[in-house]
Amino acid sequence: MADQKTLTFVLMDAPYENARTTTALRLMHIAAKRGHEINVFAYEGAVYLPFALQKAHPNPVHGKDAEEEDHVLPREWVAEVMAEAERNGGKVDWINCGFCVDERGAHEAIEGVRRGGPPNLVAWVGESDNVLVIPTK
Amino acid sequence: MSILHILETAFRGTIEEQDDTVIWTVHAMRKAGQEGSVVLQGNIVGHAVRGQDATGLQFGDHPQTNPVDLAGDMQKLMAAGVPIYVVEGDAADRGIAGADLIAGVQLIDRAGVAGLADSHDLVWHW
Amino acid sequence: MADYMLIASRDPFSTNDVPTYYALARDLKERGNTVTLFLVQNGVLPARPSAASDLLTSLSELGITVLADEFSLRERGIPANGLAPGVAAAPLDLVVDHLESGAKTLWN
Repeated sequence: MADQKTLTFVLMDAPYENARTTTALRLMHIAAKRGHEINVFAYEGAVYLPFALQKAHPNPVHGKDAEEEDHVLPREWVAEVMAEAERNGGKVDWINCGFCVDERGAHEAIEGVRRGGPPNLVAWVGESDNVLVIPTK
Repeated sequence: MSILHILETAFRGTIEEQDDTVIWTVHAMRKAGQEGSVVLQGNIVGHAVRGQDATGLQFGDHPQTNPVDLAGDMQKLMAAGVPIYVVEGDAADRGIAGADLIAGVQLIDRAGVAGLADSHDLVWHW
Repeated sequence: MADYMLIASRDPFSTNDVPTYYALARDLKERGNTVTLFLVQNGVLPARPSAASDLLTSLSELGITVLADEFSLRERGIPANGLAPGVAAAPLDLVVDHLESGAKTLWN
């Protein structure tokens, strides 16, 4: 596609901790719908966003079982963004910071996630049309 | 391609990580060839203060043998070719004088941050 | 001169870092840049006419485009047609527009 761009996002927040995660996924989803090449460098707690062992649970306060509650799993939203990009001629290249994975034991990730480090981010800076860092606070 | 890194979050995770994770990343990127500069504003001006000492933590029989050395890490970053700027007014607001800061950091005023942003290709606000 | 997109996800009721971020928007504008301040998450709170909304109105009067994420407004029950002077509701898509065009894009 003629207007395809390469956009890199740097994420730092662990899932379920801050609305920054939701906004980051919203931005990536918009870019995916436009068919862009999306790079994600997940740093620190963000390596848990595509963690494969996330599991939905019932909500006793809402009085709903796990199926009725249909609890959000960030790994599913990440996978949906990846699928949306591919449907529109783009792709998501997701790198989890390897050291961050090791110290957190977050090795089990969904398909499409690979391991890397700052040199990958430096390469992406050179290849991207833009880079947005969404830091934790 | 050069990046201005504006940092303001201070003393977050530094004990566990044994460094400031953003300073670490900037240094790792520098080793991979990335040009850049760092601005310290807000509470993180405290990372450039002399005399920080995070030694002595011990849980049971397990001492922390490599405690965080934020000032030392920043001196290494500057030695690697990354200039570090400190917003002087933010330091003064926190009772920190220029003489309290490690050698090599450069003091700038608030408006100087915008000037640095204009002189870099990307601005990452951590 | 450059095009800047400053995303503000935090509010001045919670931290003094936010007025500092607004000051960066002002300083960038005074240097002749084109500046958009995009409020998202709790960053939209001062868009409701309030003790802090004058900060946004004054930025708008300097020529800074001040926008508030439609979803974040709705999520917080802030009517899009009752925002502080100088602030307009906008979809998050506008941020991606700026990323595409190469605007220097910051997050706070």
